[in-house]
Amino acid sequence: MKRIVILGAGTGGTMMAQHLNKEVDKKTWSISIVDDRKDHYYQPGFLFLPFDQYKPEDIVKPIKDFIPKGVDFINVGIEKILPEEHQVVLANGNTLIYDILIIATGSEIAPEETEGMKGTEWEKSVFTFYTFEGAKALRDKLKNWEGGKLVVHITEMPIKCPVAPLEFAFLADSFFKDKGMRDKVDITYVTPLSGAFTKPKATAALEYLLKEKNITIESDFAIESVDNESKTINDYGGKTVPFDILVTVPTNKGSELIELSGMGDELNFIPTDKATLQSKKYPDVFVIGDATNVPTSKAGSVVHFEAEILTENILSYIKGQKMEEEFDGHANCFIETGGGKALLIDFNYDHEPVTGTFPIAGIGPLRLLKESRFNHWGKLAFKWVYWNMLLKARPIPFVSAKMNVAGKNYN
Amino acid sequence: MDKVIVGKTISVTEEGFMTDFSQWDKGIGDAIAAENCIVLTPRHWEVLDYIQTEYKNEVPLSIRKIGKSGIVDIKEFYQLFPVAPLKTATKIAGIPKPVSCI
Repeated sequence: MKRIVILGAGTGGTMMAQHLNKEVDKKTWSISIVDDRKDHYYQPGFLFLPFDQYKPEDIVKPIKDFIPKGVDFINVGIEKILPEEHQVVLANGNTLIYDILIIATGSEIAPEETEGMKGTEWEKSVFTFYTFEGAKALRDKLKNWEGGKLVVHITEMPIKCPVAPLEFAFLADSFFKDKGMRDKVDITYVTPLSGAFTKPKATAALEYLLKEKNITIESDFAIESVDNESKTINDYGGKTVPFDILVTVPTNKGSELIELSGMGDELNFIPTDKATLQSKKYPDVFVIGDATNVPTSKAGSVVHFEAEILTENILSYIKGQKMEEEFDGHANCFIETGGGKALLIDFNYDHEPVTGTFPIAGIGPLRLLKESRFNHWGKLAFKWVYWNMLLKARPIPFVSAKMNVAGKNYN
Repeated sequence: MDKVIVGKTISVTEEGFMTDFSQWDKGIGDAIAAENCIVLTPRHWEVLDYIQTEYKNEVPLSIRKIGKSGIVDIKEFYQLFPVAPLKTATKIAGIPKPVSCI
């Protein structure tokens, strides 16, 4: 009997378990998935939790509900990967020997990387919505806040879901308008990038929206420290931004397990072939989602597209054939812009987000890089799609793993 | 697009990053630095050499990486290239814009 071991039962690991369970010959292959957690979070929901638009119970379900029958769910921690020996050491002392390893251990916030970030003001006036607990703490703070300076901040790139902090700023604008206190709140968006986003056309569209919503942007800001006494963030170039509430996205890093196993780069992300998703160093190791170092967004949509490609490649690898499927970096993200509207962007390694129609060229019904109510409904509907289709690896109609250039205006 | 600098023609992106490193020389580096209001000192060149070596070895660059390089810490990197240091330094070094910002 040969063995596939999947590390991590988040979005990527769960989808791979579902796909491979359907595709591999179970007479010769067994599949195990390892994760010490019990809960699976719908992470896009962390954005809505602070504004009380989703309840905590909407966005958490048991991991085991999504692991298919026929896949062995090992609910213990992972101590170390020994890639030279093709083994994984578990926290209970057991060792798993694998023929194929799929690493889906994701990324985590690391506030301790920035001086003063996890200081005396942590969860008093310094918050993050990148964890379930953090998003809940922020909700409680915003409930009775009387106004002041709200600073939305990105520490350094790459981060999971690079549009999320922008969405947070837009939703905050709406939230305080609805409460009739927008005039009491100053919103500043602080980013290490030179503009609102990483790609030029989307940056122009998003900066227009920031301006329209009276949100100040402070760009090229490389944070050195958070000063808990004066309540300021300070950058290496000498700039200072004061806050009453700081909502920060701390440094994102791959799992500590990757560092302990000596398999990552300086941020614990694993060097991965961006087309095949095979580890650059170990042929029997594959990597999916936030755990890789491939140059595309760290986002659920990316993982969904990668899972389809990786499944085909693993089937080829099992047969000893060349891996034909190439991941193109496809990402597809709804961007909430507040007031019941959203933008949609669709892009890959080579094509930046532009205007157009999606998923059906010339028809839509969704509009790319333009605000619409329909896009917002799309974003809300996505929670259902996530729990009922995505995690179960059911195909989404009209949406292919590789990006479609038709229906997009590249001039 | 083409750009003429110190009497030489180089190809650059709209943002001014060179697209062909073989066209680069130290004179061009000095001239791009001057456009960014920087006068290059030997200390700048140590950092630029490091950046070019990493690029040739296909190692992706980031501010964090440069801070851990042993050549310069982040504080000094900012003193040498005060505005958007990684972008400015790579522009002067004649290599493409770093892809660390996804």
